[in-house]
Amino acid sequence: MSEWIVFFWSILPDLYKGALITVQLTLVGLGMGIVIGLPAALARVYGGKWVRRLAVGYIELFRGTPVLVQLFVVYFGFPDLGLTLSRLSAAYLALGLNSGSYQAEYFRGAIQAIGGGQMMAARAIGMSRLKAIRYIILPQALRLVIPPWSNEPIALMKASAVVFLIAVPDLMTKAKIIAAHTYNPIGTYMAVAVVYLILVFLLTAILHLVERHLRIPGLELEAQRK
Amino acid sequence: MTKTIVKVEDLSKQYGGQDVLKGISLTVNEGETVVIIGPSGTGKSTLLRCINLLTKADRGRIWLDDQEITTPDVDEDEVRSHIGMVFQDFLLFNHLTALGNVMVGLTKVLGMPRDEAESKAMEELARVGLGDNAEQYPGQLSGGQKQRVAIARALAMDPRVILFDEPTSALDPELIGEVLEVMGKLAHEGMTMLVVTHEMGFAREVADRIVFIEKGVVVEDGPPNDLFCRPRVERTREFLWKLTELYGKHEEEQADSD
Amino acid sequence: MLLDVVEFVLGGTVVTLAVTGVALPMGFALGLLFSLARVYGGRFLSRFAALYSIVMRGVPPVVLLFILYFIIAGAINLSPFWAGSLSLGIISSAYQLEIFRGAVLSVGRGQMMAARAIGMSRLKAIRYIVLPQALRLVIPPWSNEAATVLKDSSLVYALGVPEILRRAQFMSASTYQPFLAFGTAAVIYFLLTFLTNRVLDLVEHRTRIPAN
Repeated sequence: MSEWIVFFWSILPDLYKGALITVQLTLVGLGMGIVIGLPAALARVYGGKWVRRLAVGYIELFRGTPVLVQLFVVYFGFPDLGLTLSRLSAAYLALGLNSGSYQAEYFRGAIQAIGGGQMMAARAIGMSRLKAIRYIILPQALRLVIPPWSNEPIALMKASAVVFLIAVPDLMTKAKIIAAHTYNPIGTYMAVAVVYLILVFLLTAILHLVERHLRIPGLELEAQRK
Repeated sequence: MTKTIVKVEDLSKQYGGQDVLKGISLTVNEGETVVIIGPSGTGKSTLLRCINLLTKADRGRIWLDDQEITTPDVDEDEVRSHIGMVFQDFLLFNHLTALGNVMVGLTKVLGMPRDEAESKAMEELARVGLGDNAEQYPGQLSGGQKQRVAIARALAMDPRVILFDEPTSALDPELIGEVLEVMGKLAHEGMTMLVVTHEMGFAREVADRIVFIEKGVVVEDGPPNDLFCRPRVERTREFLWKLTELYGKHEEEQADSD
Repeated sequence: MLLDVVEFVLGGTVVTLAVTGVALPMGFALGLLFSLARVYGGRFLSRFAALYSIVMRGVPPVVLLFILYFIIAGAINLSPFWAGSLSLGIISSAYQLEIFRGAVLSVGRGQMMAARAIGMSRLKAIRYIVLPQALRLVIPPWSNEAATVLKDSSLVYALGVPEILRRAQFMSASTYQPFLAFGTAAVIYFLLTFLTNRVLDLVEHRTRIPAN
């Protein structure tokens, strides 16, 4: 065991660089996911027939296929369609599209939970649909969504590990290199597992703080009321 | 010589530093219906749960028939198969039909063969007036019907005594009557019963003895007539007066609508 | 050429389904056991199960796959297919643990209490009263997990197992049409997850307990 700890410390500097890329991938993917997912959710709840279908199509497609396949389609397949991306950009795009589809469902849940009643009340005082969404629905929905949404950054970080298969220099890629170097695959991957656990732990702690800071008493999804 | 079915001696229980039961002693004899009354939250439910060993008392001893059941080497499951319990929120098994609910104890605990269990279960359901509802699920039954199935479930095990934990408190007023009727019938048939309830009419009419418990101690214990007409403790008089005022009205309304 | 495509689609699908078919039931059995340990076990058992859950769900499945694969391959001589599938099963068991735990807790303590009140032992109460209800509650989140395992099976690509993605890559290499190849792979996966969800929806409908 102590051998492993020594080993762990020795490879930590290399792993650290990989960890930075992993965090980067997670944050960019998350951001893209919000930018894509929130409009998709709004389209799905409030859109007209074709807008809604488009949104559902996107959401079902990206939630129904593995992220690895999505990555390959973007990195290897898109050049066929004229869009050639660097490894990192392809990773960002694939992760962003993937995350967007899951986030869209979280947002949709929260928007629908806020419900028709709030929309009705807003329109009753003369607001347009757009205004109602902007000033009444979204402010509430975005707070309501935080607890379930908190699953997404963690899920995304875990999903990001697959980018090693297109040689993006993230934590997992570093692990492969080190494992080959040191002829110690199990030890290396366990070290990587520990680093991921630490990252997840930190992420969870941050999300907890954010949630607590933004919470409105009484505004909770039924399932969370404990 | 009437046989003592349940004997409780000096029972005490604490919850989080609070004394819920403080040295309670009582007996229930064969064929008796003993009703426990008292303000809410005074440990009446806890008392029942200690008797059927769902909760472990801190101090005190309990006997079922002649066997002490508070010894450490007792087979709790076995003891519980001889004590029936009816809960305030029915707690019927949602995935089983009414018949299934009544049968499951017979087949899975007593190891009875299916057809024997089925006919016994049908018998008990008929006894509580629900012979026609055997194939229905709890979700399809009214509150009063659910509670009667719960009673049938307890009866099927041929218990030495049935404990009732506020059996009508969760029911809509119109449905209380059908449950109390079944309970009255059972008492009349000689079932040994220990009932915690707020239903004063039932207590007065059906109880052989009433035990008034407040703040974890037995305040008074005697036949209904004694407690209602000649209570020994002032507090008893006060409590009963308040309740009969409230429930007296309820009973008048019931009588009017009959 | 057409034959190649058909072989790609069907052959790959069969392997993918096989991997899922090993991993999912394994996750089910282990997950169920662990969840009972978590809810009904004593302090040690319950905490061990909690730790298992946190670790196995906090590490990316790929990483766990590699660790388990090397451990299993080091100990026994298993093909990548078996080592990969079993590893996925172990990973899934942690997620299924949480699903079953949620369901068992939803059933509620009252049911356990009522079962014990008629003299059932804890074991009997779990078997005849709690589990039958919990397993019905579990179908929606479980169908989610089933789809996830199906998608995660693509990870065994990294171990060289000839499932859909690996074959798509061969196709892509031999036809110089990566978008078509990987796009087809995506479509196949989509159809598989879609069917899985539909079937499980049906199962949920059929096993629903009647209520008014």
